[in-house]
Amino acid sequence: MPEYKVPEDLKYTKEHEWAKVEGDIATIGITDYAQSELGDIVYIELPKVDSEVGQMAPIGTIEAVKTVADLYSPLSGKIIEVNEKLSQNPSIVNNDPYGEGWIAKIRISNPDEVENLLSAEDYMKLLEEVA
Amino acid sequence: MLKKTPLNEAHRKLGAKMVPFAGFEMPVLYRSIIDEHLWVREKAGLFDVSHMGEIEVRGPRALEFVSYITSNDPAKLELFQVQYSTFLKDDGGIIDDLLVYRLENGFLLVVNASNTEKDFSWVMDHRFPDGVTIRNLSDEVGELALQGPLAEEVLQPLTDIDLSKMGYYWAARGKVMGKDALVSRTGYTGEDGFEIYLAPQDTEEVFWKLLESEHVKPAGLGARDTLRLEMGYCLYGNDIDETTNPLEAGLRWIVAFDKGDFIGKEALLRIKEEGIRRKRIGFVTEAPRAIPRQHQKIYQGEAEVGEVTSGTFSPSLKRGIGMGYVPKNMAKRGTRLSVDIRGKKEVAEIVGLPFYKEGTVKKP
Repeated sequence: MPEYKVPEDLKYTKEHEWAKVEGDIATIGITDYAQSELGDIVYIELPKVDSEVGQMAPIGTIEAVKTVADLYSPLSGKIIEVNEKLSQNPSIVNNDPYGEGWIAKIRISNPDEVENLLSAEDYMKLLEEVA
Repeated sequence: MLKKTPLNEAHRKLGAKMVPFAGFEMPVLYRSIIDEHLWVREKAGLFDVSHMGEIEVRGPRALEFVSYITSNDPAKLELFQVQYSTFLKDDGGIIDDLLVYRLENGFLLVVNASNTEKDFSWVMDHRFPDGVTIRNLSDEVGELALQGPLAEEVLQPLTDIDLSKMGYYWAARGKVMGKDALVSRTGYTGEDGFEIYLAPQDTEEVFWKLLESEHVKPAGLGARDTLRLEMGYCLYGNDIDETTNPLEAGLRWIVAFDKGDFIGKEALLRIKEEGIRRKRIGFVTEAPRAIPRQHQKIYQGEAEVGEVTSGTFSPSLKRGIGMGYVPKNMAKRGTRLSVDIRGKKEVAEIVGLPFYKEGTVKKP
């Protein structure tokens, strides 16, 4: 299996999104494995600011040259900010999926849902199965 | 069990992402489809196409036989000339598209990897009782495609063949790095370039040598697909198959009605007489972010009129492009249709092929 980055301090979904929870704000994006599987990302349909989203609801799409994937919200809440830079330069997600390639920030409405997400360790196990 | 080409280990050393394709484990990309694609358009990309099938037809009746089983006219080929052709079913459906090489003792038919077994049995089933010898050489041949405007500059120092004298769709035998090779000025990218047939055990050495050039980078199946689609070339299994015929696929130019009998001729003459019902078209989506994908439905107003057979983001044009079949009366350039891209109807306009018009491929 190739080496994929899985930062310790993040939470993960089975659909290969990550969430960084700080207080009631979660920053979200897609994982290193996800960007690698998609390949060159050419367009990201970002979620709408101020929209209310449910946990694991589809909130956007990610188009790569060969394929397209839905983006799911790891947590319920309200989208308060999106990474506008990705409209012009979606390849940032390929280059830095956990940093400059963040996709959106959510004000979370139900902190208990964080428990439904995978830890870095669990996500690594998932990758060992799928990758 | 997936088959491996002679370059399997080389691809791994280069860090390729390997995928199953036509029964082979093949590199879909090394670093990035877009980078590999653009490199081929500007410099030279090196593809492993050893998975392609090779069927040899020899014997005193080889010409007559190849003429009977293919749609184009092999009698028009001079020694070492190459032509694009098809195998057809009795009803005119396309069994495969292929290259026909006229060689010293007969013909070499280069077929799609996904169809090699099917094609070989079909050819055997139709063989003449005498005068032809048919062999499946697919496991005894390695094949490289060096494609891009700098291909000749890169390959010439390694071969005793005078490439400057080789026209488009011509071939020659000679040495490449001292190894016996058949080299042709052919390809599937729209750029100038060569396809190099070698013994399997010689393929890797030539592969690494070509990669030593600063102008050459390896390119995978992903770029091969986006490059051919920008040129409007058909991919078997997507744009043509046993349910499509050459007339509706825009391949009338490789059907030689004026030669003798061939399998599928009668059906095609009837189809020609009655007129085709649908036609293969190329389209661009109006919103550059709308990227069409295979199997999405094509609409005119509320009516479903066809299906996308190939679609991608075009790295050269930086927008969505696609091909598909629509009723003949809607197939005119400039016609506006729509494509259902995940529940949203995106406006698409029919355009002339190729999509990409700057290719350096030598015109016949």
